[in-house]
Amino acid sequence: MPPEPATPASPTTDFSAQGEPLNPAFIEVDHFHFWYGAKQAIQDINMEIPERQITAFIGPSGCGKTTLLRNLNRLNDLIENIRHEGDIRIDGQSLYDPSVEVISLRKRVGMVFQKYNPFPKTIYENVVFSLRVAGRNAKAELDEVVERSLRGAALWDEVKDKLHESAYGLSGGQQQRLCIARAIANRPQILLMDEPCAALDPVATLKIEALMTQLKEEFTIVIVTHNMQQAARVSDRTAYFFMGRLIEYGPTLQLLSKPREKATQDYISGRYG
Amino acid sequence: MSSLPKYRQQTRGEIQVWLCAAGLACGLLMIGGLLLLILANGATVFWPKPITECTVRAQDGTESKISGEVVKTQLRRTAEGGTKTEIQLFTGNKDAYGLGFRFIDRESITSETQPEDLILAERMEYGDAIFRPVQLKRKDGSTLPATDPRFHQTLQDLVREGNHLRDRILSLEKGRIGKINARIKATELRIKELQTDGKPQAATEISRLRNRITAEQKKFDGLIQESRQLRAQLDDAELVCRLSSGEERTVKTGNIVFFFEPNRLSLGQKIWVFLRRVTEFATSEPREANTEGGIFPAIFGTFVMTILLALLVTPFGVIAAIYLREYASQGLLVRVVRICVNNLAGVPSIVFGVFGLGFFVYGMGSFIDGGAKVPLPPVWWLAAAIGFIVCLTVSLLLAVQSPTPGGESARPRGFASRLKPLVATLAVALGVVTLFQCPYFHGFFSSSLPTPTFGTGGILWASLTLALMTLPVVIVATEEALAAVPRGVREAALACGASKWQTIQRVVLPSALPGVMTGVILAMARGAGEVAPLMITGVVKLAPSLPLDLDAPYIHAERKFMHLGFHIYDLGFQSPDSEAAKPMVFATTLLLILLVVVLNLAAISLRTHLRRKYQASAF
Repeated sequence: MPPEPATPASPTTDFSAQGEPLNPAFIEVDHFHFWYGAKQAIQDINMEIPERQITAFIGPSGCGKTTLLRNLNRLNDLIENIRHEGDIRIDGQSLYDPSVEVISLRKRVGMVFQKYNPFPKTIYENVVFSLRVAGRNAKAELDEVVERSLRGAALWDEVKDKLHESAYGLSGGQQQRLCIARAIANRPQILLMDEPCAALDPVATLKIEALMTQLKEEFTIVIVTHNMQQAARVSDRTAYFFMGRLIEYGPTLQLLSKPREKATQDYISGRYG
Repeated sequence: MSSLPKYRQQTRGEIQVWLCAAGLACGLLMIGGLLLLILANGATVFWPKPITECTVRAQDGTESKISGEVVKTQLRRTAEGGTKTEIQLFTGNKDAYGLGFRFIDRESITSETQPEDLILAERMEYGDAIFRPVQLKRKDGSTLPATDPRFHQTLQDLVREGNHLRDRILSLEKGRIGKINARIKATELRIKELQTDGKPQAATEISRLRNRITAEQKKFDGLIQESRQLRAQLDDAELVCRLSSGEERTVKTGNIVFFFEPNRLSLGQKIWVFLRRVTEFATSEPREANTEGGIFPAIFGTFVMTILLALLVTPFGVIAAIYLREYASQGLLVRVVRICVNNLAGVPSIVFGVFGLGFFVYGMGSFIDGGAKVPLPPVWWLAAAIGFIVCLTVSLLLAVQSPTPGGESARPRGFASRLKPLVATLAVALGVVTLFQCPYFHGFFSSSLPTPTFGTGGILWASLTLALMTLPVVIVATEEALAAVPRGVREAALACGASKWQTIQRVVLPSALPGVMTGVILAMARGAGEVAPLMITGVVKLAPSLPLDLDAPYIHAERKFMHLGFHIYDLGFQSPDSEAAKPMVFATTLLLILLVVVLNLAAISLRTHLRRKYQASAF
């Protein structure tokens, strides 16, 4: 394990002693199936994701964890020839209800991607993007949001003097934290993270992980990761996916130390494949 | 370490590198050779060359003298099978000799000198003259012999005065007389309109206008008188000069634009003469069937046309590419459209010219001039207009109620969505019919018919034709640039709650702008050098006025214009004196290339600026 960073409290401690979550079934996945064309990517998944906790999706490549994540903000809608059955509900409301506007859904569900992808704009404009597209242009509000979001993403002190410079001038870890700031600028309820540390070095990874444990005070976080240590370090609950099915789902400590299923056991002990 | 495998692969001295380099070298050699030829021939045109006076012995033994610039020395095959060296002399004095150039056998020349007292004078008519001055004669009978120390200065002053006078005449004729002319023409048109209206109160109005024309005519005559007087002043003094052949001639000093003594020039003076000639070439108007004088109108015409072309082609190309790449579902139809667009780039440019002539000039142009030639009967037109409004409304409604942009792309099925392209096409078709077959529109310039205003070639139509021709370049480049924008950035924008259009407008297009600029640069480079389609859509040998000037409405999109490319063709192949035009061809080519380079550099610097704004900066 890399040395502990000097910044915020160690993320490895205290991950199980959270007490009861506010709403244990904030996101409900209900008999959900999903197809890309003829290929079924997800089969009959049922799960409940609690509010203001970190839930990790683990599993081998192609197991459907990213597909499920991208369905939580309906980003899969961009792909042609997709089809689904079943339902996903956030706070009791179906994502697929015809009255749901995808745009307003995505304002409630922020997303951070595997490869940091800031816009070709200044740092400032990156953060306020979601406000600008919603037509909120009042300078005072934007300034306030920029500072709050960048502080929230633990980036403020590093960039406060160059807010109007290109975002591409930042380092990889800084760019990823900028993407987190951008995702939380609109104060979403849920933050989806698709392998947020896959493109980062260990120091930057630890910074992001520390940040996540702070962010869960305010947001419900769902993270896809290939790294079981990461799941162990940051998540409260972990779900193991295999071949489009949810194999096992429970508190992280329990799932990683005493898995019920043999498949899970094989995967976490590295015997998979 | 002993187990390291031995590689068979050759890692050095790969022959393919040499091949690639040879290919590049060939290309560079061709381009470099072409540029060097143009540069060498184009830039030396204006450098003052020494004048040689040759004594030539004719076959009957008589000797005569002739002087001129040695243009080139070449070998000539004689009838007996041998070869002879001959030189080509630029002798000038076209009025005396009939020709500006002469070939002389080297062996018939008995002596060559470079006398310092020879003068080369650039004249308004008959090109350059090469002579020795004898004396100045004024109208009042006074004379000043060339041997007088004041002679040179006096001649200089007279020439300067003549240039000044000519400027005044030009501004008088183009400015004040031109304005009065325009006013008279406009008034006459108004009278014609009133006469065709046939209203009872028109008669008094017409007589009032007639009086105004008479008043203007009086002013006009006065100004003509003034310009005649000025012209007469030009003839005040004349220069008696002797050609090398011994013949004496007179030249009006008002006819001389510029003169110098080529064999007496120091290096500094040569540079001064060179710069003066270059400036004149770039800033003045052509004379003598374009073989003399400058090419400013052609430079200006090319510049305005290229800018107009870029302004027209960019929005069309970018919008089309956005639809093709971002909105259209990537099926067979889109693939066919893309292939068609690419093939459009291979259509001969003259075909675009013919299309431009038929569609823009005769179609749209004559519609603007005089309305529809065969308008629909009013009832039918009304039906078409109502149909257009209905289709447009339906089409817009269908577009609005379709799924949220950025949302479900699962192919919308059902009756309404299949109807969408049909209704849209119908709306466009009916819109075109409603506009162009309107029986109530009689054109903006119907009173000046049958003289066409927009219904004849002009800079707008030429630019539109070229824009159409270069459209594929911009579409293809823009599509490539759009495709190169990473998916992650689009997804990030959508995940932030942006709609599809917001994503394109705020994230995708800015990232793609440098690529779009590349397309526009290529389109400009291709359009600026194109000649064939222009010849039938608005370029002329000599345009009386520029497409942009200080007369309202400042931009005269209907005017014919001059173009460097056409000028080259005209000089090289349509000129009465092709020998005299040859240096001009090179100089004009050089200028055209320079203009294209300058325009491209401007666009490239804009692109660099955009790149810096939207892409990585050093950390």
